Amino acid sequence: MVSQSTTSSVPVAGVAERDRPGAGEQVLDAVARSWRPVVLLLACLVLWWVITAAELVEAYLVPSPAKTLQVMSDKAGYIWHHTWITTYETLLGFVIAAIVGVLAAVLMVYSSSIERTLYPVLLFAQVIPKVAIAPLLVVWLGFGLAPKVVVAVLIAFFPVVISMVTGLKAVDPEMIQLSATMGAGPLQTFSKIRFPASLPHLFSGLKVAVTLAVTGAVVGEFVGANEGLGYVIQQANGNLDTPMLFAGLLVMSLIGVVLFVLVEFAEKLLLPWHASRRGAAVTTTY
Amino acid sequence: MVERSEGTGKEAGRGGSVRLEDVAVRFRTKKKDVTALRDVSLDVAEGEFVAIVGPSGCGKSTLLKLVAGLLKPSSGSVRLREEPVTGPRNDIGYVFQRAALLEWRSARRNILLQAEMRRMPADRSRRRTADLIAMTGLAGFEDAYPHELSGGMQQRVALCRALLHEPPVLLMDEPFGALDALTREQLNIELNRIWRETRTTVLLVTHSIAEAAYLANRIVVMTDRPGTIAEVIDVDLPDERDYATTMARPEFARATGRIRDLLGAASAAD
Repeated sequence: MVSQSTTSSVPVAGVAERDRPGAGEQVLDAVARSWRPVVLLLACLVLWWVITAAELVEAYLVPSPAKTLQVMSDKAGYIWHHTWITTYETLLGFVIAAIVGVLAAVLMVYSSSIERTLYPVLLFAQVIPKVAIAPLLVVWLGFGLAPKVVVAVLIAFFPVVISMVTGLKAVDPEMIQLSATMGAGPLQTFSKIRFPASLPHLFSGLKVAVTLAVTGAVVGEFVGANEGLGYVIQQANGNLDTPMLFAGLLVMSLIGVVLFVLVEFAEKLLLPWHASRRGAAVTTTY
Repeated sequence: MVERSEGTGKEAGRGGSVRLEDVAVRFRTKKKDVTALRDVSLDVAEGEFVAIVGPSGCGKSTLLKLVAGLLKPSSGSVRLREEPVTGPRNDIGYVFQRAALLEWRSARRNILLQAEMRRMPADRSRRRTADLIAMTGLAGFEDAYPHELSGGMQQRVALCRALLHEPPVLLMDEPFGALDALTREQLNIELNRIWRETRTTVLLVTHSIAEAAYLANRIVVMTDRPGTIAEVIDVDLPDERDYATTMARPEFARATGRIRDLLGAASAAD
């Protein structure tokens, strides 16, 4: 793999030219690709500003952008602390969901009796509204970190399992037969063929899971917490402190976006072959 | 050719490299039992090139899978290099119609998959890979990924992968079926050369009558469901075959003519 970067710089006749633009081109490319959403976001901001500046809505219902930013900078320490708590719960829940989800998927693919046993239970766990069981979790696990992480795991687990099962089952059956003619054991077939082949599917599941994990953590905080952005929003709500409410919402969405982009970045790093096949698809955010 | 000098050995001589005796394969579906193969007996000598032709769905691929041990016969016996086939065999090379390459591996590393699975010594597999890349005209494409390669190039990689461990028997299931006519011709010429150089026993399933006659020593013509062997045709051509000259020879015309008669008769009987 190391030698590849040196040899592939010389284009070979017959090999499709690889798309590796220079740094300047990359910046231009990024701008060309991202100006539309940026313009749309700015338009929303302007609309927000117009509504508040023209006093179309009472100031205590919708604070102005300036007011919201003011709160964010005034109480930066306070917001930062709670943001970190929520991020930590989200990440912990996401990582546990990813590990447990992948393991469950592997078990289910390799044993049909486990699959038949687990699948209905999983589906059942998925259809229970997490908001409804969050209070129960707080009763059981207290006000600390645990119930938030559990809700995040419960909510993020399902897409991971489903995508991983799909990925592991989508492997070309001829590839598996070929592996048998190579004298490969089940472990080798798994590590060299099945697992890597399932990664593109897994990553689409992980992208969904990471955004859901944020929701899970915040739902957990809503029900009973003295820390985290969910708590911040609850407090602000109680005090009719809409600027703080808006600030909390903004930061919360930012966590989701940043984590999503990080997972996507990891995907590009780990599966360059997949990203290059997919090309400049619309599903990439950066 | 280390493996070939031992095991079956010289004393086995023209003894069977592949031997099928009264083989039948029946699949049980929900509605009915389907007989895919019936009364199939075939002897393939060591170093021989045998092509199998027949209408679609006549069980040609099933036959190869039996030899590889990927499928068990319902009755009859299958022997590979004097040993009964009981499960997947690893003393073969297998090439499918689709190249079945791993997209995350470069051409070279796709070929080396064979070595990794078999835990071959690294220096030997690396040398062998380099030889095969040169032999199949893949030089310059070693570091390309499958999606960067044309169909012909992908199939060359699959062929290298199948030949890496110097298998005594090479099984090919319509390996050039998805390629354009020109690429197919090129690969036919290359396969003939590779076969002469390696002296591997080859079983080739194909839809192309010309391909079968150009490459094989013997051609097995099969009938439609249930698949049986209609006739085995000897091709009286030297092993070294120039493409254009071979096509123009009377032996070639005789072989292809006979196949057409048989396959025509098979479809007319429907």
